[in-house]
Amino acid sequence: MSIPATVVTPPLADQLDIVIPTIRNLDFLEQWRPFFQPYHLIIVQDGDPSRTVRVPEGFDYELYNRNDINRILGPKSSCISFKDSACRCFGFLVSKKKYIFTIDDDCFVAKDPSGQEINALAQHIHNLLTPATPFFFNTLYDPYREGADFVRGYPFSLREGVTTAISHGLWLNIPDYDAPTQLVKPRERNTRYVDLVMTIPKQTLFPMCGMNLGFHRELIGPAMYFGLMGDGQPIGRYDDMWAGWCAKVICDHLSLGVKTGLPYIWHSKASNPFVNLKKEYKGIYWQEDIIPFFQNVTLPKECTTPQKCYIELSKLVKEKLGPIDPYFEKLSDAMVTWIDAWDELNPSTDSAAAATVKVEPSKPK
Amino acid sequence: MSNRCPPSLLSLAIDATLYNFHNISSDLSFLPEHILIDLFLRTLKAGKLTPRILKLFLATGKEEILSMIQALNIQLVLTPVLPTTSVKDNEVDIVIGAFRSDLTSFMEEWRPIFSRFHIIVVKDPDLKELKIPEGFDVRVYTESDIVKVVGSSKASLFSGYSSRYFGYLVSNRKYIISIDDDCSPAKTQNGELVDIVAQHLNNLKTPATPFFFNTLYDPYQKGSDFVRGYPFSLRSGVPCALSCGLWLNLADYDAPTQALKPDMRNTRYIDAVMTVPLKSMMPMSGVNIAFDRELVGPAMIPALKLAKEGKVRWETMEDVWCGLVVKTVCDHLKLGVKSGTPYVWRNEKGSAIDSLKKEWEGVKLMEDVLPFFETLRLSPLAVTAEECVVEIAAAVKERLGSAHTSTAETMVEWVKLWKAVRS
Repeated sequence: MSIPATVVTPPLADQLDIVIPTIRNLDFLEQWRPFFQPYHLIIVQDGDPSRTVRVPEGFDYELYNRNDINRILGPKSSCISFKDSACRCFGFLVSKKKYIFTIDDDCFVAKDPSGQEINALAQHIHNLLTPATPFFFNTLYDPYREGADFVRGYPFSLREGVTTAISHGLWLNIPDYDAPTQLVKPRERNTRYVDLVMTIPKQTLFPMCGMNLGFHRELIGPAMYFGLMGDGQPIGRYDDMWAGWCAKVICDHLSLGVKTGLPYIWHSKASNPFVNLKKEYKGIYWQEDIIPFFQNVTLPKECTTPQKCYIELSKLVKEKLGPIDPYFEKLSDAMVTWIDAWDELNPSTDSAAAATVKVEPSKPK
Repeated sequence: MSNRCPPSLLSLAIDATLYNFHNISSDLSFLPEHILIDLFLRTLKAGKLTPRILKLFLATGKEEILSMIQALNIQLVLTPVLPTTSVKDNEVDIVIGAFRSDLTSFMEEWRPIFSRFHIIVVKDPDLKELKIPEGFDVRVYTESDIVKVVGSSKASLFSGYSSRYFGYLVSNRKYIISIDDDCSPAKTQNGELVDIVAQHLNNLKTPATPFFFNTLYDPYQKGSDFVRGYPFSLRSGVPCALSCGLWLNLADYDAPTQALKPDMRNTRYIDAVMTVPLKSMMPMSGVNIAFDRELVGPAMIPALKLAKEGKVRWETMEDVWCGLVVKTVCDHLKLGVKSGTPYVWRNEKGSAIDSLKKEWEGVKLMEDVLPFFETLRLSPLAVTAEECVVEIAAAVKERLGSAHTSTAETMVEWVKLWKAVRS
């Protein structure tokens, strides 16, 4: 094998963190090794902190369990969910990188129709580094993809696009259905490889799945709070949905783009639909009110940063969704706590005070 | 007195086989030929020769069996793969605006897909003659027909790329499918011809979902569904009024893009169709469309004609303008617009650079009209496509300035014509 004269660096190797929430094990990383090894991992260990989660050899990582989360955030740790993959957003909080890729521990490498293994991370990076086009729909989808372009009639003034803040990937095999659909169609598998990436238009909401997701941490990180789910909460399996709705509204306001489509990963584990039904039950009813709420949100011009947008959103949540259930008041407070934690751990470069909290994982790199 | 012989072991075995045939799928060729023949005849007599069992016998490859099957003229019935929705021939009109005087090769290519349906060909008034092959149920409209229906003063409305709109006007079918005369059928990855009629109708007959984006695209396609987080109250969708297809080979790029990348060809067959979300504007390409004439016919307007409109798509914007109007109407009336499959194969025609040399007012046009459409709001009183169009025309006159007065007037004229022809 010929060795290149200069070392070929994987794209964004020093600017991207991979955040993985896990309550089981990280065996799946073996299959991803060729694609993930050059990158730094942030493992968020959910559940019993006394368990040791083994990380396969050769990966550069930091691992946080619940004790670490409590220690680092102190009283603010109340905003981080327990016994739910929503805890992954702690990883977003403590990362120091510009980009995040997050993936679930039951997601494996998929193959495209030609049999080639898909480097999902590379595709996310391409999505994030090319502009998005939310203001006018391109019928040939992402015009920045090789072999595609803007079609006739696409206004030239809009062809520069906007910065892509979120790259939402999809899944082959076990589809991300809700519990009722899972119960009705337990055998359905997603076998259709749809070879497209597209921008979700402005003012259009979508159900964001956290299984295979990349985003620009500096531009939209503060909005990627995965809410209060799991233990002690009346709802589950709506963490990524909540983050997606908040983030989309804020992206629309700040003229940032959200892409969906490629890459595909292979989703291997079908969760128990009866357990899911119990978790989602309230969400199924609440989302009927939540969706119109997000569809009608307008953020004031003065909200020029994702943090300001998010704080404003938290006020609206308390005001408009609070009457539905006291959960939303708690959630609104948690949203504020999250931003406090974010600002504390990610002080802006022009602020005089340095970070007062030293972030140290329990397992050294 | 009947003194029947007791059945032989062999005959009992054959009986048992017959009885259990539904469970048997193994190879039968181990059986001696005479027993196989006996079994075959007994199967026939018992009326149990299903396609599956016939295949089992055929698979043995035994000569006697095969010649018996042939002699009895037993044929394996191949179940055709039917489209997801059944297409009734009399609900479809295929409308073609003819720019070429000889449509023979075009029609022959489309024969497998079009021959069932009624076809309306509208001859571009600049064409001297028109040749159409035999074997189609086709009605040709010429300039004199157009004048008869709309009068000579309005006939100019239907020249060039707008000639096909005359077909929309005079059709009385529910669904219209319209493609350019320089397109051929595309092939899927398996090499099968893309049946654009079946696929467009599938798009139009299944609901659209404009109010919330489904990340698995059209949930009504086989193998797809609504994903987690999709509100249940929105899952019944709305009727789909417009289906916009795509193009392989020569994609519908504008002249500058194609001139800059002369060798770029669209080779990617993307197996998806999706609803274009509410309030999202899109560039409709007239090259390959289908719509529900009863729902949005009045909104499919030949209102905008560039001053130097030519005979290639690089020199027209009539479809893009029409699409902006139709999308506005659909958004207001809570109807859906889908985009994606089916694909057509678009053949080479014209020169992008030559088109570029002409003044491309179309490009400037889009810059002006987009903010107009984005802020356009129709009143709750507009409940039909006609009423919506009239309101849009008034807004065009008021807000888009003198350059578009004729556009606004044409829109109003169109609605009047539409009503007149219907009555």
